[in-house]
Amino acid sequence: MNVELRDPKIIMKLSKLGSFHQSKLSFLRSFLNEFKDWNYRRDLFDLDENGYGRAVYSFSKNNRTYSLVCFSNKIKDEERSDRVIATKWDAAFALHDGIPTKKDIERLFDNVPKQEIGRLSYKELTLSRANKSIRIFEHVVERLSNGKQPDKLSLSKVGYLYRTTAVYGSGKFGLADRFRIKNRKEIYGPFRLEMMLVYLVRQFTFDQVNHIAKCKNPKNAVKLDIDICRNLGIGNSTGLGMAPFIVNHPTLLNNWILAREISLKKIREIKNVEASESDLFLKCLNKSIKNITSWNSESSFQQKKINELLSDLKKIINHLQTEFSFNIENPFNEIYLWCEKNLNDECIEYIVSMMMEPFNDIVNPLIKEMSAEEEKYFSIPVNRNIVDLKKILEDQYSEIIKIDFSKKERNQNFWFISKNKEEPRVADRFLNKGSELEQPLAIARDIKKLYERILNQKNSLTVGKFLTDNNDLRHVVRRAFITEKFPYAEIQDNTIDSNLMPIDMLRLKLSFFGAVKFDPRSDKWLRINMFQGAPLPQELKSFDEHWIYNSLN
Amino acid sequence: MKSLSEIDTISKRASKAIGFSWGIAEEVGKNTRLLEMFGLPGIKHLNYYFKLYKKQKFQNISLISKLNSSKISYCPITAGVNFLDQINILQELDEIIFENVACPILFVPFLSRASEILGKKILLKIDKNVFLLNFNQSIYSNYFDTEIWERAEKLKITFIENNDLFSETEWKEIYKLSEDTFVDETEELKQTSAGAGLTDND
Repeated sequence: MNVELRDPKIIMKLSKLGSFHQSKLSFLRSFLNEFKDWNYRRDLFDLDENGYGRAVYSFSKNNRTYSLVCFSNKIKDEERSDRVIATKWDAAFALHDGIPTKKDIERLFDNVPKQEIGRLSYKELTLSRANKSIRIFEHVVERLSNGKQPDKLSLSKVGYLYRTTAVYGSGKFGLADRFRIKNRKEIYGPFRLEMMLVYLVRQFTFDQVNHIAKCKNPKNAVKLDIDICRNLGIGNSTGLGMAPFIVNHPTLLNNWILAREISLKKIREIKNVEASESDLFLKCLNKSIKNITSWNSESSFQQKKINELLSDLKKIINHLQTEFSFNIENPFNEIYLWCEKNLNDECIEYIVSMMMEPFNDIVNPLIKEMSAEEEKYFSIPVNRNIVDLKKILEDQYSEIIKIDFSKKERNQNFWFISKNKEEPRVADRFLNKGSELEQPLAIARDIKKLYERILNQKNSLTVGKFLTDNNDLRHVVRRAFITEKFPYAEIQDNTIDSNLMPIDMLRLKLSFFGAVKFDPRSDKWLRINMFQGAPLPQELKSFDEHWIYNSLN
Repeated sequence: MKSLSEIDTISKRASKAIGFSWGIAEEVGKNTRLLEMFGLPGIKHLNYYFKLYKKQKFQNISLISKLNSSKISYCPITAGVNFLDQINILQELDEIIFENVACPILFVPFLSRASEILGKKILLKIDKNVFLLNFNQSIYSNYFDTEIWERAEKLKITFIENNDLFSETEWKEIYKLSEDTFVDETEELKQTSAGAGLTDND
């Protein structure tokens, strides 16, 4: 049986992308698998009784070492802000390439806590900062110092002790460029260094809370229970900074989605499924319900999605228990088709993620295909003809070229870079100033413009010649030729529409990170949790790879 | 030290800010990154050129021919973009000459990328300086000046055919030496090597 890959024109709609969930392909899960045989160490832990000071954690193997350098300091409650405009944080971190010397640590001490206004060097790979969840952190310190474990219910409502408010990499603020490290096999996959930083920060938060409790009451304090630690992750507040990334990295986006789509296709094509495989799928599905019921969000948009997901999950579990047998040919194809007919996008994509769990043989080779070399496809094939370009637009952007951009609502928003923090923002074109400085992220509008312009051109005209007079559309000519090669490279939606939900773009990226518990705080930013349920560093040598469904919460 | 990623982003934004389209700004970002990576002063010249660009007019060339001459200095960016866009036609010409080009260093990375696209080395002579552009892998040059190069009188481009840089005799001599790593095979081994003993007409 041959199953077709799902149509990019459906999959690449923002509402669909905004329904994606973590899966075996997610980077934080891949990272843990890839680093399970590395040696973890806490190399330095020099904090005062209040938990302020510095610490270094490392992963090493053979001659390679990656070290997280942590700085924690006192800040006033009124200075604590998750917004990107903040200038002080409870803790700041940099992932250093190698073992930092004392001189390196001093240099980092002068710069890392300053974040965007500090300068890093090619010896640093990623940079981040985080704030305490004060309510939870103080509760945990209080309980531990009195010899008691914290209240699990309170912990489950938050799910972490600290949340990061930005994680930077790839050459930002002087950090190492990707070209310096891209040939290292262990970090070839996307965002591995960002995942490593967050994972080690998580351990720092446990060590810090234990240390403060111990200093507070040396005789009676107890350590945070290992099971509780495992069920705490690292929170993250994420805003629009992430959104342009997926537009600006089309081949990377393609490779992420393609890996997911090929996985699904191959799983649907499996003729006979072993009992152990169907059992594992059902086990993960049933266990995961627990995670969803503990998924808190005050956002009515997200509440609706969670409720729909829960109700749909009940539907499919009931279907699988009462009407379905795995003893048929292509059972996962049947399940998928049933989902498409009976469930909403949120649950369909949830089940797609879940279907991957039993199939390492299918999924693992695809994990290695999820990086991309954007530069390779930068040059425009100028010797191609207009007829080729027209065909690409009609084939790959057929829905986009139907959009009527003469309507105000289709042009409502514009993307820009804020002057004060150099961060991407979106604003109403008709209410706010600055649309003349719009970033090139209105791809649908510009593709439509390109299509209209080439309609009047001779088919035999070369693209190079066309560009001579049409360089204002050069950026989308480039994209069209990329999309020809990479069908999942383009969001098949209007990113400036009045109905735009920017968090759909964030959700897509975060699902590939492996984030859970999406909690939108507006349509422009959300909180998430990473590594909740993940093995602790000392457990990495051997752990249950389906840990993500083991949350006690 | 600024990362190449920062150099790319900032050059792109600055190019847009000065008035180029986003598509061309993307090209300038990549180019400045290339210049800096190859050890040539990209940011220095881009910054200088944009200061000039605000004050004076530059000639925008669209169709490039064998000899391109202008009283007003050519804009190295539009000349470069159009050179890239017309590369398939231009490679048919033995050589191409531009007279009077502003900040010629900014033109160099366009040729470096053209060399990669064509799969041919390109020799570029700018006044007294020579640049050999090697498939966008490296730039060999006798240009080491740290001062701003505001204008080139003459810029001559030659496409170099893919020929060996050594004689057949030199190759034979080095090949013969390489044979000293080979070992004579015995008759017995020859009889058991791949394909031996079978008919090849089956």
